[in-house]
Amino acid sequence: MKVSAIITLKKDVLDPQGKVIHQALDGMGFENISEVRQGKYFEIDVNENDPSKAKAVVEDMCKKLLANLVIENFKIIETQ
Amino acid sequence: MKSSVITFPGSNCDRDMDVALKKFGFNNKMVWHDDNELPKSDLVVLPGGFSYGDYLRCGSMASKSKIMQSVINFAKSGGLVMGICNGFQILVETGLVPGVLLRNKYLEFICKNVFVKLDNKENAYFKNLNKDILEFHIAHNEGNYFCTKDQLKEIKDNNQIAIYYCNSEGKIEDQYNPNGSIKNIAGIFNKEKNVLGMMPHPERMIDQSLSGEDGSIFFKNLINNIK
Repeated sequence: MKVSAIITLKKDVLDPQGKVIHQALDGMGFENISEVRQGKYFEIDVNENDPSKAKAVVEDMCKKLLANLVIENFKIIETQ
Repeated sequence: MKSSVITFPGSNCDRDMDVALKKFGFNNKMVWHDDNELPKSDLVVLPGGFSYGDYLRCGSMASKSKIMQSVINFAKSGGLVMGICNGFQILVETGLVPGVLLRNKYLEFICKNVFVKLDNKENAYFKNLNKDILEFHIAHNEGNYFCTKDQLKEIKDNNQIAIYYCNSEGKIEDQYNPNGSIKNIAGIFNKEKNVLGMMPHPERMIDQSLSGEDGSIFFKNLINNIK
């Protein structure tokens, strides 16, 4: 089954890319924005039918490689 | 004295480091990332470059490569491991040194000479150095050192800050911070001071006619300290 992971920067970590994107959006006329934070999205096809097992595997991947827990948080979503 | 330089796919300062180490008397071997065993070494160097194309996060893929388990074991048994630039990024991803290196504050690749001030000479790398301020070269996109408040307290309490960005007089101020690093930190040690990660490249400062001699001073002193 497919499991997704969303990696986002923790709140107190500076995100210069997000800031620049925010400025660009602002310049394009999207003025109703208070903040933009950039993150990463992974779609992982796990050979596992049990959703809780598949999610546990992806959680382990996030902790060991996909996210750096000093600066990032992760959220796991079952997609299929 | 024996040294090993690890080459990852995308390393590009590995040969410069090899030249520098040999110039100052090390018997250096190049070690491929896919090898299992480190040759017998007094010093292991993780060189600069763009290992694995900086995919995912700089240094993250290299930190999981085969040879790194031997490097981690070597470091944990007290062996000297030095990571320069991308090597520093690899070290933080292994967890051998605390913190992480973020994208430079102003989103630009920085390539220039900087001055750094040594903070701690009670270690194999800087012991007996007769200079406190060194001129090295930096060339990086992700050198913005960051750590949590708790980690910062811990590394300060344990004297783990190795070098700070400063001016030629050794003043450590915001205006001399090229990349936004917390407290102007350019390099740090592990708790035991046998592992050193730093963004500046001493191997680019080993020839007076090309660059400068502060790298020469560093390497000459290093090999004398290890002997």
